[in-house]
Amino acid sequence: MTATTAGRPSRMSPRTEATLRIVAPIAVGLIVLGLWQFLVSVVGVSDYLLPSPASIIEEFVEFWPSIVSATIVTGTNALIGLIVGSLLGILLAAVAARWKVVDRMSAPVVAALAVVPIVALAPVLNSMFGADSQFGRQAIAALASFVPVFINTLRGFRQTAPVHRDLMKAYAASPQQVLRSLTLPTAVPFVLTGIRIASSLAVISALVAEYFGGPRGGLGALISTSAASSAYARAWAYVLASIALGLAFYLVTLGLERLVLRRGPAGGAR
Amino acid sequence: MTDVQHSGSRGPRPAGEVRPAASPAAVEVRAVDKVFETRTGQVHALEAIDLSIAPGEFVSLIGPSGCGKSTLMRLVADLDQPSGGTLTVFGKSAKQARLDQDYGIAFQQAGLLPWRTVAANVALPLELHGAASADRRSRVAHLLEMVGLSDFADRYPDQLSGGMQQRVAIARALAEQPRLLLMDEPFGALDEMTREKMQTELVRISAETGAAVVFVTHSIPEAVFLSDRVVVMSPRPGRIQQVVPMRLGAEAERAARTEELREERAFFDMVTAVREALHGGAPAPSVPRGVENR
Repeated sequence: MTATTAGRPSRMSPRTEATLRIVAPIAVGLIVLGLWQFLVSVVGVSDYLLPSPASIIEEFVEFWPSIVSATIVTGTNALIGLIVGSLLGILLAAVAARWKVVDRMSAPVVAALAVVPIVALAPVLNSMFGADSQFGRQAIAALASFVPVFINTLRGFRQTAPVHRDLMKAYAASPQQVLRSLTLPTAVPFVLTGIRIASSLAVISALVAEYFGGPRGGLGALISTSAASSAYARAWAYVLASIALGLAFYLVTLGLERLVLRRGPAGGAR
Repeated sequence: MTDVQHSGSRGPRPAGEVRPAASPAAVEVRAVDKVFETRTGQVHALEAIDLSIAPGEFVSLIGPSGCGKSTLMRLVADLDQPSGGTLTVFGKSAKQARLDQDYGIAFQQAGLLPWRTVAANVALPLELHGAASADRRSRVAHLLEMVGLSDFADRYPDQLSGGMQQRVAIARALAEQPRLLLMDEPFGALDEMTREKMQTELVRISAETGAAVVFVTHSIPEAVFLSDRVVVMSPRPGRIQQVVPMRLGAEAERAARTEELREERAFFDMVTAVREALHGGAPAPSVPRGVENR
């Protein structure tokens, strides 16, 4: 008997494969950018239709301080929303897993939240909390984050294997011990998956909510202002920053998931 | 294994039991029924089960699928409750025995917690029952040595083969030095080679610890090789068809059961006896019984 090594059959060496995994998307990106620049500067597609990558980068550099502050504003809204929404989701899922009644009561509400485009609430919340408050946007990000975290966490709480439950009973473990040594560790991968999904939603919601009025200064507001004043390259520069922000949220939560699950059960929710 | 333990005045001794009535039986099952209520009606899983298992005795439950052998073990473990009859473990109710942690248990699946290392899995029962961390460490080290996995203490279950995982589960079952070990087809998922190796190890371990063992299996050679007695069960409703005493190594210590035994004539005679008991329950007069009367 020997320990099974985690090797997958592959003709490429792991090193080549890892390099390829990084190099391939970068190459694709560069080719697309080159093609884009070619379309604009050689073929002569109008700058109004499609600003060239070079002009976008120019604007990006020129408006760097404004981009940074806008990213911080939107990022803060998204982060607060993500944290609050996740905490609420985990808490309510725990309660719903514990008491069936709560589960029954919350199911239609969560289903409604899941199907309503939460961003559609932006004008309502903006008028509720005043035009100079970021609260409406944070609330929208929180609501958007809440749904996937709640659903995944609740599922995670129900994943304990029968053999593990039998084992805990055989050990005469107290409910707290079962929660700490079995239910929570089983749910963790699901919670993290929920948070990872929620992270992108939080950024999107916080950003799009800015299109519907409220205080200026965030990325969404600046994108719409720039586009309205025909500064298309600048609008694209802000879009670029939004992509970077969304990516940052996603990668951080993905990293968190990987870090915690280094030794978790294989698989988990997707 | 000494016979002189504290003398329990409770716990009636069953007739035909040879050991002196000094301590209560490890497991005492009297007229136990188990009925499951299902959507399609009642299922009689067990009917009129009578069985007594002495301290230190190795008893296998064998029978076709659905004969209730696992159910019987779950009743002893207090994972399910009997519908009728009485069941005591070391003279106490099954529930009390569970609360007192009088038994260790191993299932068909290893059932290791995947987020814990091998050592942490073995330590789980000790942790839950508040053993001091220094004791815990030394006990875990000892157990892992016993199952030959000292080098794998820091590995995670998904890095081990099925046989190794099952050994970890057995080490975990032995963690608190139980006087009774309940095993539900623990080697069912293993290949034949690994299985025989594990059986030999189990014989050694149970001899070392002196624990009584209730071993659920559907392998005749496995039951014969391991057991002092083989309880043959029949399905629907689950009944005890026959209890076949094993003569093998009865004179010697249990540890004397070695690989050679698997090739001895007596071993095959016993296999035949159990097989005949399984098929139709006809007595097998041609099979020589042991001089021992237990």
